[in-house]
Amino acid sequence: MLTKRIIPCLDIKNGRTVKGVNFVDLRDAGDPVTLAKQYAELGADELVFLDISATLENRKTMHDMVLHVAEQVNIPFTVGGGISSVEDVDVLLKCGADKISINSSAVKRPELINELSDKFGSQCVVVAIDAKKIESEWMVYLAGGTILTELNLFDWAKEVEERGAGEILFTSMNHDGTKAGFANEALAKLTQLVNIPIIASGGAGTMQHFVDTFKDGKADAALAASVFHFGEISILELKEELKKNSITVRL
Amino acid sequence: MKLTIVNYGAGNIKSIQFAFQRLGYEAILTDDTEEIINSDKVIFPGVGEASSAMLKLKQTGLDKLIPQLTQPVLGICLGMQLMCNHTEEGNTQGLGIFDVNVKRFSNKVKVPHMGWNTITNLKSDLFKGIKENEYMYLVHSYYAEQCSEAIASSNYELEYTSAIENRNFFGVQFHPEKSSKAGEQILKNFIEL
Repeated sequence: MLTKRIIPCLDIKNGRTVKGVNFVDLRDAGDPVTLAKQYAELGADELVFLDISATLENRKTMHDMVLHVAEQVNIPFTVGGGISSVEDVDVLLKCGADKISINSSAVKRPELINELSDKFGSQCVVVAIDAKKIESEWMVYLAGGTILTELNLFDWAKEVEERGAGEILFTSMNHDGTKAGFANEALAKLTQLVNIPIIASGGAGTMQHFVDTFKDGKADAALAASVFHFGEISILELKEELKKNSITVRL
Repeated sequence: MKLTIVNYGAGNIKSIQFAFQRLGYEAILTDDTEEIINSDKVIFPGVGEASSAMLKLKQTGLDKLIPQLTQPVLGICLGMQLMCNHTEEGNTQGLGIFDVNVKRFSNKVKVPHMGWNTITNLKSDLFKGIKENEYMYLVHSYYAEQCSEAIASSNYELEYTSAIENRNFFGVQFHPEKSSKAGEQILKNFIEL
């Protein structure tokens, strides 16, 4: 049976992980390759690397990092941040990335999703959506949550699926950083609406939150950063807890 | 040990090269007929769309070469599907090495089938040291039907062939190069066939 996936997310700036990590037995916590290897060994199902500086001069550093991750890590990984063209994606895939994630560039020019899925296949095109519930409506934001758009989350999700996205990474800005649980109601609605996998992001604080997002939110995968980086939740224990709750995981 | 990867513009070759590199082998990416014929093992990779991939194989004559190879050949993902009789993707005629057709998952399930799933009914030396129900990483929208040449099956919407063998030809729907230690063991087994 297909398992639910647990995905640690690493924020990258100038080729180093930021936000800090607190792993036992890990001398250099800032090196994304070392960290990625560690996560793969601890049972992570996939990894996501987000280039949060994403400047032009930083691209080369990012390519080198992707190459080194591909060289040493034996699980799939996604790269996002600052990707806006077919050429950007071509380079990253050639460096060994399995999937790429686009966000603002897809909103600005939705045809990019079609171009990428036609050229590289939808399996490697993840569209990240940051959204916030304002009164009763979920609205899409850009540029790390700083710019409000006129797009409704559900309309946009449907459109990205139709344009050929292979997966949606949905971050609830209302939940992100709160450690109070994922946006399960919106997630469940998304899962019903589209027929591609949904990755839940934003709000992970306890193991129960993961149980809830798989059961109530019907998410296909759950992504988190700090709870893993600071060792608050161990991936192995999390997966054992999920299994106890009859959720299929790779152990 | 001379190991080649058939180059026809298929995506993410790097991961396969790196996986062999971790095992201590260099895999050469080439479309040169002589070089492929003279290698001990051949990898036939594939990520992308079937009809355009087949077109590229035809343009380079690789569609004639691959079925004639006598050394162990391993098709991965789309590579395996192209070795079958026919695929619904782009209504494409395959190389006919495996006597099975490739169909699309219905919309009753999420497509692509993406993530870690189990492989069962393991029947080949390719799976030496691999336990029943081991998890492999899969990303695909099309599947090979159940058939007599199957050496592993998986379940998503229905039971389908997730690995296949005929003479010196092997195919796997999953990505061993991305399937953690168990995947690396399968690549090692292929090298040691």
